[in-house]
Amino acid sequence: MRRRPGVALELGAVPWLLAAALATTVPHAEHLPPWLSALVGSALLWRAWLWYRRRPLPARWALALLVGGCVAGIAWQFHTLLGKDPGVALLVVFMALKPLEMDNRRDAMVVILLGYFLLLTHYFYSQSIPAGLWLLSTITLLTATLIRVHGGAQPVAAIARLACLLLVQALPFMLILYLLFPRVSGPLWGLPQDAYSALSGLSEQMSPGSISSLTQSGAIAFRSQFAGEVPEKADLYWRGPVFDDYDGLTWRARPPAGGPARADPLIEARGQVHAYTSILEAHNQRWLLALDVPTRLPPDSRLAPTLEVLAREPLRVRSRVSFVSALDYRASVAEAAAVLQQSLALPAQFNPRTRALAAEWQSLPPREIAEAALTKFRHEPFYYTLQPPLLGPDAMDEFLFTTRRGFCEHYASAFVFLMRAAGVPARVVAGYQGGEVNPVDGYLTVRQSDAHAWAEIWLAGQGWVRVDPTAAVAPARIEQGIAAALPEGEPLPVVVRIDADWLRQLRNRWEAANNSWNQWVLGYNPQRQREVLSRLGLADADWQKMTATLAVLCGTALLIVTLWTLPARRAVDPVQRAWQRYCKELARRGMARAEWEGPLAFAQRVARERPDLAQLTSEAAACYAELRYGCQGDARLGQLQQCLHRLPPQRRRKA
Amino acid sequence: MRPLAAVQRWLFRLGRDEQVPIVLTQRRIFIVPTRGGIVFAIVLAVMLIGAINYNLSLGHALIFLLAGLGIVAMVHTFHNLFGLRLTPARAEAVFAGESAYFPLAIDNTRPQPRRALEFAFSHQPVVRAEVPPAGRATVAIPHAAPRRGRLDPGRITLTSRYPLGLFRAWSYLHPTFSCIVYPRPIRTPLPPAASTAHADSRHGEGGLEDFAGLRPRQASDPTRHIAWKAVARRSDEQPLLVKEFAGGAADELWLDWALTPGNRDPEERLSILAGWILAAEEQQALYGLRLPGHLLRPAQGPTHRAACLQALALHGEPTR
Repeated sequence: MRRRPGVALELGAVPWLLAAALATTVPHAEHLPPWLSALVGSALLWRAWLWYRRRPLPARWALALLVGGCVAGIAWQFHTLLGKDPGVALLVVFMALKPLEMDNRRDAMVVILLGYFLLLTHYFYSQSIPAGLWLLSTITLLTATLIRVHGGAQPVAAIARLACLLLVQALPFMLILYLLFPRVSGPLWGLPQDAYSALSGLSEQMSPGSISSLTQSGAIAFRSQFAGEVPEKADLYWRGPVFDDYDGLTWRARPPAGGPARADPLIEARGQVHAYTSILEAHNQRWLLALDVPTRLPPDSRLAPTLEVLAREPLRVRSRVSFVSALDYRASVAEAAAVLQQSLALPAQFNPRTRALAAEWQSLPPREIAEAALTKFRHEPFYYTLQPPLLGPDAMDEFLFTTRRGFCEHYASAFVFLMRAAGVPARVVAGYQGGEVNPVDGYLTVRQSDAHAWAEIWLAGQGWVRVDPTAAVAPARIEQGIAAALPEGEPLPVVVRIDADWLRQLRNRWEAANNSWNQWVLGYNPQRQREVLSRLGLADADWQKMTATLAVLCGTALLIVTLWTLPARRAVDPVQRAWQRYCKELARRGMARAEWEGPLAFAQRVARERPDLAQLTSEAAACYAELRYGCQGDARLGQLQQCLHRLPPQRRRKA
Repeated sequence: MRPLAAVQRWLFRLGRDEQVPIVLTQRRIFIVPTRGGIVFAIVLAVMLIGAINYNLSLGHALIFLLAGLGIVAMVHTFHNLFGLRLTPARAEAVFAGESAYFPLAIDNTRPQPRRALEFAFSHQPVVRAEVPPAGRATVAIPHAAPRRGRLDPGRITLTSRYPLGLFRAWSYLHPTFSCIVYPRPIRTPLPPAASTAHADSRHGEGGLEDFAGLRPRQASDPTRHIAWKAVARRSDEQPLLVKEFAGGAADELWLDWALTPGNRDPEERLSILAGWILAAEEQQALYGLRLPGHLLRPAQGPTHRAACLQALALHGEPTR
């Protein structure tokens, strides 16, 4: 089929289109293979050169070859053409090559629409505030390009002004749609494998170094807002996975025991409870980080026998969850015997010195055994460091008697090992400890660098009791945070170590802004939408109600925009109006002024044809002529207006 | 087809625009999405599905902003036409086979410029115009003039896709335009001057040789015959006087229908006459035109030429 010749594209519009293509493809360079980025860059450069030298565009067959080559290259690079990354790569290639055959207005339209689509794909990789700002500027550029393509040559400032005006007018529609458009929680179909690559957080197992490597990251793990006062820092133990199975190197969560389903753990809260709402970053695991120990859980979650909160699905998006927790509690006082038995299990071999030490304590009551271990940590030269030496197969022996240098996971696992060897049921708990209140918005910020591991022992009559051996070694870690506990030179992320006050404040502001952004922009899901709508007085809104409200509000906005852009009615000159009204009155009395008749000529004609109106009309005409053409200002305007009122009443027509 | 035509007539208010200027009010402006606009909507729908599937909140924001942009673009496209005042002017006569240009003055009373206005008669080339803020522009809309006679170009479609090309707003204008189309001239040698001695011509009268007195000027008199001296002597507002001459019949040329080859098509004969008129005018000869039922006395000058060509153009048409 032959292409219908469209409206030819102006040469002057080409640089705009190339800029639009560049602006939409450049941010993708970060996650595209370098050869592809280079190809995209050179294609755009080539097109710019063709434009600059006014050269003809390359032949169709050459382009077809080029496109085929690129598609093959992408298929080779990603091993598939389906999925997110290859899809984005294909779009980028089309965006770079389409300008090479762009010679009419329809091609330009295709480029712009591709650009809008590419803008969307940026959000696969980042939905941060800078990404949002980039969205605004790029969308302005794309819109300006559309204006240039359809509006012909005009000053850049005029184009920019119109593009901004259009976007400003589109904003209310965006807000209304954003708030009210019935949200569907995705995904609609199975997501490709690569949808949740790079998520960080605690993992399902703990070996030496796993938590210390997590603390290298200043990334935020979650933020919490307390309904009342924020508890003491030393009380902020955020419970993550619980490990009670040790193989000599790695701690793991024990797979759920077979047999009868275990009863729900029994929690007896004492004293004050704290209500708080957390915004958890996605970590692709099921546990929700609650303050030890939660008494009320968010919907769609349950309390595991080991007291951590588990969601139904792995946490793949940033989520907002509310808890109530009690800091003073007794948990599982009546723990099943099987569980206690398993909490004593140790690998059969290795670590003879540690076992011997524990055997010495076996006669003591459990609480004193724990105390003895903590005393050992406290009084012997143990060091708290992110860079412990490597340990051999007798890891506990080496750590406790030789190296004595370790991070929280070393202390927790050594402590639990000692307890188990001495006959006290014990387990390792991983999670986060502490956090920092952001004074800007009052949210407690907990980072990956706050990752921590501690121990729990089971005491008859008290249930599971938390013991933090790290506190014995480095009390500052618990009371002031990791930056205070670690000496200078330890590889901590910069954000954690900020000393300068203004920098800290800047960081706090930035993170508070991000928090609002996350909650209001990124975390605006169906549930949040219901909350917001009910707060706006639209209780239990179903999609019909929302659509109706949406339609009404959009209609109103459209009306406002229409009125806004409507030309302001030209203010009619009062002189003109007074004279026109006078002439209209005269016309009613049978003396219509012709369009071409000047005031004085009209007055003369009136004098000839209607002597009864002659005097008044000549006065009015003289006033009007003076006001219009004279130099006395508006002095006689009142007189002209008076003439209208002095007209004799209209004669009744005889029937 | 008949009912559809009736609907169209009602919807689009088809019919001539008697009032001048033509003001584009809401009722006269129609707007639909362009093909690009429809594709835009489809792209937005696809993007929305993607954004829902990948849970992209910012993607939702982008899509809703673009949807808002679409709505706003509709308003702006409409306003690009709204309130324009169009005044038709007279079209210059053309020869058959050329393009007639119908001038239209466009007045913009608003402080925003009107851009990318496209005017076209149906199935005729498009001409684009811009009107500055609170200003006026003139556009000449072409229409092919294949045949001699009076050309009625029909209605104008005024279209605008500005600013984003997502919507097409249009209005039909039907001013009383007409244009005289002269026959396409065929250049053949002029008839011999001798043939001026026609049977019923009054020989010797109205020549150029001998001065025969003064008479009031008529529009068709050449300016070089005005008796400036005589005019200067009289101070009152009298019509100009021209010198009348007599004799010199040799310079008097009669372009006669009967002189054209009788075996040719009548249109062709008119074309030959048109060619003669142009040639006679170029030679600055005095020429008269004789058509069946129509006679123009010999004279010279652009006005005479136009009158003669118009007589040819309208030959055989009912006079209006």
